[in-house]
Amino acid sequence: MINGTNGEIVQFDNVGLRYGTDREVLSDISFTLHPGRFYFLTGASGAGKSSLLRLLYLAQRPSRGMIRMFGTDAITLPRERLPGLRRRLGVVFQDFRLVAHLSAFDNVALPLRLAGASENDLVKPVADMLEWVGLADRMDARPASLSGGEQQRVAIARAVIGRPDMLVADEPTGNVDLEMAVKLLRLFEALNRLGTTVVVATHDVQLLKKVPDSLIMRLFRGRLSDPTGALRYPPGRPAVRG
Amino acid sequence: MDEQVPSATGNFLARAWRAIIGADENQLVPQTRLSGPMPWVIAIMIALTVIAAAAGLALSNTAQAAADELSGGITIQIIEASPESRRRQSEAAAQRLRVTPGVINVRVISEEEVNRLIEPWLGTRGVDEEAVPVPALIDARLRDGVTGESLGAVRRTVREVAPSARVDAQSSWLKPVFGAIDSLQWLAVALVALLALATSAAVLLAVRNALEANHETIEVVHLLGGSDAQIARVFQRSIGFDAAAGGAVGLVLGLVVVMFFGQRFGELGAGLVNGGALGLLEWLLLALIPVFGVILAIITARLTVMRTLQRML
Repeated sequence: MINGTNGEIVQFDNVGLRYGTDREVLSDISFTLHPGRFYFLTGASGAGKSSLLRLLYLAQRPSRGMIRMFGTDAITLPRERLPGLRRRLGVVFQDFRLVAHLSAFDNVALPLRLAGASENDLVKPVADMLEWVGLADRMDARPASLSGGEQQRVAIARAVIGRPDMLVADEPTGNVDLEMAVKLLRLFEALNRLGTTVVVATHDVQLLKKVPDSLIMRLFRGRLSDPTGALRYPPGRPAVRG
Repeated sequence: MDEQVPSATGNFLARAWRAIIGADENQLVPQTRLSGPMPWVIAIMIALTVIAAAAGLALSNTAQAAADELSGGITIQIIEASPESRRRQSEAAAQRLRVTPGVINVRVISEEEVNRLIEPWLGTRGVDEEAVPVPALIDARLRDGVTGESLGAVRRTVREVAPSARVDAQSSWLKPVFGAIDSLQWLAVALVALLALATSAAVLLAVRNALEANHETIEVVHLLGGSDAQIARVFQRSIGFDAAAGGAVGLVLGLVVVMFFGQRFGELGAGLVNGGALGLLEWLLLALIPVFGVILAIITARLTVMRTLQRML
């Protein structure tokens, strides 16, 4: 893994985002994310969480500022190198964004197929992953026939199947019961322990308490606050207060 | 056991083929093969292209056959009102031509033959030769073909013994016909080019519509690490199958029309038309038109997809 000069995998520097000629939905966003950390991104509805995540999973270019990911300038990166960068990310979209004409199995297998995995190599991992999220008996079901919670679990399985360097999840527990929410958080933690950086956007305060070592990023009206100081003074560096 | 292990070349070719037809990405975007109008549009385009190309090739053959037949041919007319003088000059000219180096196949057209030739226009002349004087005709051939220089030399030689002689190259009579055939050939080429353009335009519109309809899926595939080339291959595969199916139908339709008209023209029994018959190589060329159509459709699809995706992140 090639990261930034200080080991960071993501670096935002004075990033701003506006849609069209409207006012900026994100302003002066600067932070760094470090490998193997668990981050929560919180904020009220309309604070800009989803917009920030879109920048993070390379669905959007910022209006200004600089973004480096895995040691690469993500803004000036040539188009043909973007897929390589995206394959290092796992994304759980808020609206799941499952491919409607594909079965649950094929949706989960999609990142592996795009990465060039052979059919023989992907059958067992995909089946295991679906079994883990409790959908072993729904492998052949199309998204339209799955409940909201089942779709969400397929989306999560799709995001983590490729063992990404960074997992970005937008309200990943929004449609599941508490038991499944905890189970999914344990999955994220397990991935996190294996070295995957996890960024979870949520407005569920209870969820933050369930991952004690997590770092919190809070968005308020498009600006980022740093309640734990972890973004300005990442763990492992002396935090200077006052 | 050895036969079961594919060679490196075999592996490479198999991978290349799978890449061209997008076999590894065929599940990314819904396949709409044969359900839309695209195969039928391509079938019509291919049928029209086959007909236009066949017409162009037949015209080319007709012109070539006529040119071959007339190559080196000259006609000597003795334009003289007095029948006696005309007969004398005609015999002298024929005699001189027979001993002129480079001149072969000298044939004096008999009076009966001339009468038959002009009968459709002047009717039967009967015995009154002086009422409508008709030139005496001599048909000859130059061994090394007709050039301005050789024609001038023959003209001078003949006029020494037949001052009323007029010497013309046979090909010059058909110059306007050759000109018209040439124009028709260019028309056929232009039609083929326009049909190729129209096929490309139809594919372009179909691919744009499909991209628009699958915009959401394509964005997800992009965000999961799919490359433009992988997405393009899905459309190449889909349009390739549509073009192949449409091309096969179009070829059959086109060949049926070509054979029907070939038979009808053959029944005319006219020399010029018979020269337009298509050879084996030309039938093969017509059979390859759907292949060119498939290649054109695949290239158009790829360029359209790649260009459209450039506008997405």
